[in-house]
Amino acid sequence: MSLYWTHIAYIIAAGLFVFSLHWMNTPRTARKSVIAGSLAMTVGVFATWFSPYVERTFETTSYILIPILLAIGPGIWLAKVPITAVPQRTALSHAFGGLAAGLVGTAKFFYWYNADAAAVAEAAQVVVSEPPERSLTHFRVIAIVFEVILGFLTFTGSLIAAGKLQEVKWVPQRPWVYRGQNFVNAVAFAGCLVLATILVMNPHHAVAPWLFGGVILLSLNFGWMLVMPIGGADMPTVIAILNSYAGLAAVAMGFVLDNPLLVVAGALDGASGLILSIIMCKAMNRSFTNVLFGAFGQVKAKAGAQEQKSYRSATPEEAAGILEVAQRVVIVPGYGMAVSQAQHKVRELYDALTKRGIDVRFAIHPVAGRMPGHMNVLLAEADIPYDRLVEMEDINPEMPQVDVALVIGANDVTNPAARHDTSSPIYGMPIIDTDKAQSVMVIKRSMNPGFAGIDNELYYLDKTLMLFGDAKGFVGEIVKALAGNSGH
Amino acid sequence: MNALTLAAEAAHPVPTPVLFLMVLMLASFVGLGVIRRVSPLLHTPLMSLTNAISAIAVVGAIIVAGGPDYPTWARVMGSIALFASMTNIISGFLITNRMLKMFKEKKP
Repeated sequence: MSLYWTHIAYIIAAGLFVFSLHWMNTPRTARKSVIAGSLAMTVGVFATWFSPYVERTFETTSYILIPILLAIGPGIWLAKVPITAVPQRTALSHAFGGLAAGLVGTAKFFYWYNADAAAVAEAAQVVVSEPPERSLTHFRVIAIVFEVILGFLTFTGSLIAAGKLQEVKWVPQRPWVYRGQNFVNAVAFAGCLVLATILVMNPHHAVAPWLFGGVILLSLNFGWMLVMPIGGADMPTVIAILNSYAGLAAVAMGFVLDNPLLVVAGALDGASGLILSIIMCKAMNRSFTNVLFGAFGQVKAKAGAQEQKSYRSATPEEAAGILEVAQRVVIVPGYGMAVSQAQHKVRELYDALTKRGIDVRFAIHPVAGRMPGHMNVLLAEADIPYDRLVEMEDINPEMPQVDVALVIGANDVTNPAARHDTSSPIYGMPIIDTDKAQSVMVIKRSMNPGFAGIDNELYYLDKTLMLFGDAKGFVGEIVKALAGNSGH
Repeated sequence: MNALTLAAEAAHPVPTPVLFLMVLMLASFVGLGVIRRVSPLLHTPLMSLTNAISAIAVVGAIIVAGGPDYPTWARVMGSIALFASMTNIISGFLITNRMLKMFKEKKP
């Protein structure tokens, strides 16, 4: 197949990728996006396999076929993880993407470096020689450097992110901070850029391979250093940012390999990550730089005089009694619900209440959970119809008319302190206006503070009842009580 | 039009990097436009889908693993990159599909 046809196929694949993302618009068309995307990928892979870029010998075929066959097992296994593990699977996937980009860039650099060295040596043998054409142009080196730095830092950074989410033992959940950390990180990254610049200016120098190795090591190092100080609660934004980095690395690869399909697909992924991280940052009312370099955990919450604030608690039977006579109920799910795997019990509660003619909806805060849209998928897994899931901006105006707000495993996203307490680390963050409902019930394991490490004013309101227990267990008890009551 | 002018025209083809930058710019705008309209409901499957799409790096890996005259060490790097990308492709599309199957509308 000539290059011409390869690139025609690339255009078709690129178009299919755009359709794929377009169909993600609404759940009704969303299934088509997987079909379009996998079709696009197949076209791209076969077009490349049959292109002049690849020689189809037995040897090269094994280098290509064997990894593909080996990948089937892990690929399928990773697709079957429980929905609560999707954030870490996503982070791991970004790590793989970064690794691939870094490796391809490295291979191309040394391939061209050696090719140029050989060409120079050959030309030197000819008496009257003109300087041979160099493959390693400045532009190509710049593209390679981008690809390699982005790729390797995404690799280690994403591994750490996955570790934090999976709560792997030697990766600290809390932000790992120390004095002068931002300075050290900045110096490390600056060092990497300095090496890269020298490399770009002298790509054929004898020590260029060493400079390149230095760039690789510093990038690997910078990746994990960048993510270590970020706490588990900020992971939604970090994952989104790493998502766009993986896409940008693919774009750089496209520039290196003169491949427009890589540039387009990489740009689509990069744009997606960028938009999602902006949404996340807005939802937390913090800027990019604040999330990446603000070391959230460092903000000392006002260790105010711990006045003995009183709160009221209730039993499952009492909670059931209150829910029974409500007309409009809004459930606010959070990470706690995910951890407790309570979504199926929540479904039973939803069914029990809906049967009684009660209007039940779910208030979804953009950063609830560990990943954008996490709560939506968990509830969908429990077969809750998606029209019952309402975004924060849409549900907040209606909260005053809600009879009961039931908070399950969510904390900081319901804390009214975000509105007025300027010393609070969550000040300014948009929240679900749970406190505006007629009455509030909160299911929580104990009064321990959440990831922000601060007290939640909501718990001390007169209209609030604390329901202590594990989410799954407590909701199960409420459902039983409701079933018992319906006998009356 | 004489031969001199034609030659002058031929001496100034559009430089490839510049064309690519044009493609990048347009693709970015298309990306921003298309992603903006994705419902927040679907942000998680969106992320796993774009994961799978970014595994288009598989194309680069194939070129490095299978290109003519690449030394063994380069092919090995390409193979590792291929393994990583292919894993992303398989798990990305499968898990996106799995999540999307769960989104059901209320039965009337």
